[in-house]
Amino acid sequence: MTPTGNDGFVVFDHVQKSYDGQTLVVKDLNLSIGKGEFLTMLGPSGSGKTTCLMMLAGFETATHGEIRLAGRNINDVPPHKRGIGMVFQNYALFPHMTVGENLAFPLEVRGMSKAERESRVIRALDMVQMGRFRTRRPAQLSGGQQQRIALARALVFDPQLVLMDEPLGALDKQLREHMQYEIKSLHDNLGITVVYVTHDQGEALTMSDRIAVFNDGRIQQLAPPSVLYEQPENSFVAGFIGENNKLPGTIEKLDGQRAEVRLANGELIDATAVNIREVGQQTLVSIRPERVEFKPDLMPAGTHTIDAEVRDVIYMGDILRARMKVAGSDDFVMKFRNTLGQTRLQPGQHIRIGWNPQDARALDPV
Amino acid sequence: MATALDPHAAVVSGASGASPRLTTADGQPLARALARSSARARRRAFLLVAPLLLFVVVTFVIPIGQMLHRSIYNDGFSANMPQVSAWFAENPTGTQPDEAAYAALAADLTAAAEARTIGVVGTRMNYDVPGTRSLFTSTGRKARAGFEPPFREALIEADEDWADPTLWRAMRSASTAYTANFYLAAVDRTRDDENNIVRVPERQQVYVMLFQRTFWLSLLITGLTFLLGFPIAHLLATLPMRKSNLLMILVLLPFWTSLLVRTTAWMVLLQQQGVVNDILVWLGVVGQDGRLKLIYNQVGTIIAMTHILLPFMILPLYSVMRTINPSYVRAARSLGASSWTAFRRVYFPQTLPGLGAGALLVFILAVGYYITPALVGGSSGQLISNMIAMHMTETLNWSMAAALAAILLASVLVLYWIYDRLVGIDNLKLG
Repeated sequence: MTPTGNDGFVVFDHVQKSYDGQTLVVKDLNLSIGKGEFLTMLGPSGSGKTTCLMMLAGFETATHGEIRLAGRNINDVPPHKRGIGMVFQNYALFPHMTVGENLAFPLEVRGMSKAERESRVIRALDMVQMGRFRTRRPAQLSGGQQQRIALARALVFDPQLVLMDEPLGALDKQLREHMQYEIKSLHDNLGITVVYVTHDQGEALTMSDRIAVFNDGRIQQLAPPSVLYEQPENSFVAGFIGENNKLPGTIEKLDGQRAEVRLANGELIDATAVNIREVGQQTLVSIRPERVEFKPDLMPAGTHTIDAEVRDVIYMGDILRARMKVAGSDDFVMKFRNTLGQTRLQPGQHIRIGWNPQDARALDPV
Repeated sequence: MATALDPHAAVVSGASGASPRLTTADGQPLARALARSSARARRRAFLLVAPLLLFVVVTFVIPIGQMLHRSIYNDGFSANMPQVSAWFAENPTGTQPDEAAYAALAADLTAAAEARTIGVVGTRMNYDVPGTRSLFTSTGRKARAGFEPPFREALIEADEDWADPTLWRAMRSASTAYTANFYLAAVDRTRDDENNIVRVPERQQVYVMLFQRTFWLSLLITGLTFLLGFPIAHLLATLPMRKSNLLMILVLLPFWTSLLVRTTAWMVLLQQQGVVNDILVWLGVVGQDGRLKLIYNQVGTIIAMTHILLPFMILPLYSVMRTINPSYVRAARSLGASSWTAFRRVYFPQTLPGLGAGALLVFILAVGYYITPALVGGSSGQLISNMIAMHMTETLNWSMAAALAAILLASVLVLYWIYDRLVGIDNLKLG
């Protein structure tokens, strides 16, 4: 469910946060999350994403600025009155209660009748296919099962907004992928708003409507996954999301969006100017390994090509990954599909590589 | 050999009846092979713990066993007065002492005086009838010369107390080495002329009251350590490492302070002209002549023991609280619980293993505490252990001390059993 227009269900308005009065962990955060949106806060640890989530949940107070939920300022609302469901990294299932008691807890503190509680608990457990485990203790469940219970508990009292703090971090890869799918389908079916925090870019890309990439207390880019991946706005985002090749150089020619970049060894490449203003400026051209081509017929006409020397080729099953020496740097990577009749590159081989100018993005040098 | 190496044959070869007996590849029963292969490791492991086992047996199990035995066994009278003991055995309870009895007594007294064991006999009788030790020693001096028949008149002439029926009743009960009388005395009971168990006169009732006081005070002290220790333990568990280490040192300070220094400090603080009273007077809480009596009474015992036992409550609580992830309380809060509900329903139940361990530890230590009540308790702050110490060192009635200690031990074991039934001993976390 993609949000239709942004009605600002959750709004961070000039929010700043400092723990010690010396440094800002969150620097002037402005973010508006639409109703029904699945928004992911992605970033390395210490980037301020979890702090933002905790401020939204009410466990941290904003040093400055305002956080609004459904139009209401919630800065001074204690966590238990915010009505926000939350899934924790370690699940935080109460170990001294059974699964059923865990789920009934939020209903009980809301003073719901026993019959109502029962039916809601059963409904929530069925929703995550855990109906059989009602009388078990959390310790008797596997990680994936605990994850489902934590999810059901955060949803059982019908919150409008659900926060998830790296909920899949402790699961193995296969289970994680499965749970990603389940969380996504729960989100689609229930129409809830989800704010999801993770440092796993794969998770962020597969699940989100929009991703806010955090670094150094700021949102570096806020965009849907495809835009974020294909059109990173700065070198941090380009480096953080997916694998990227970086070629440093100087702007030689600038014609609107189209730019030509002179590399250190004198070769010329094509690129799209992103945050570049003038000729002669230093730049870092970023290009995805899977967008690099070495067969001339796959490149647009008139593309500049450069010389590459194959260092090694790694067989990865579905794809092949070639590491090459390009423009004096040893770690230029190219990925190509492992199809029948694919050209097998050999170490030491010299090839000409090139790309569609749209795929190479000339960014500010870091 | 070929069949034995076949895995299927190996299973079947030992089979007799319903359950097939597994064998090893060369045909031995599997269970025996397993026992043999692990026996060496077990023997070596046992050798490692053997020194400690020996130490515990020699210094703990044997003395405790001896003490328990002493509480039901005292041959101070029966071993040294064989003839009169034999007379008691032959004649049923209630028989008036006749000439034969006095003859046996006179002979025993003479023999005991010669063997210089008359003091032991006197001490033993003194437990039951106070003041009889001197009767035995003084008669013993005269007995060296020997008594002439008729012995009854001769003895009564030596001291008229020899006709006292109470004394004869006491000697009868002491004439058997094994006796439950010390236990009866430990619960303020005795036997009357008809051998019925009755309460001792009200003036002499002391032990039951002391047991009650001991348990009541221990319970109170356990409760106080909980009330005072819980917030501190929580603080310790949540503060940053550097601050919590400093606080931990303060918590452990009572452990490291010499008993005398500690006691002196309490005296300075708590006496009627002490710091606490001075401050209260200065604040106007109490008048100059209404100074509180905070030491040398029960209040002193409670304050001092709460102080000294506090770490035993704090440490288990702290070790449990440190393992409770703060996200539990956060989860409860996000699910709609107020901070009090989150504490009551989510945090507190998870601290129960530590609380149980701390409470059990403090209570058991408090029940047996001796030195602190002796120093600051005055007379109203004395506990049962002070009575045990008195019997050990002053009255030298070790059997009585042993009986009191055995009752104390038994009641602690009963409490431990109840705790196990209610909470479960495996839920105990000491650190």
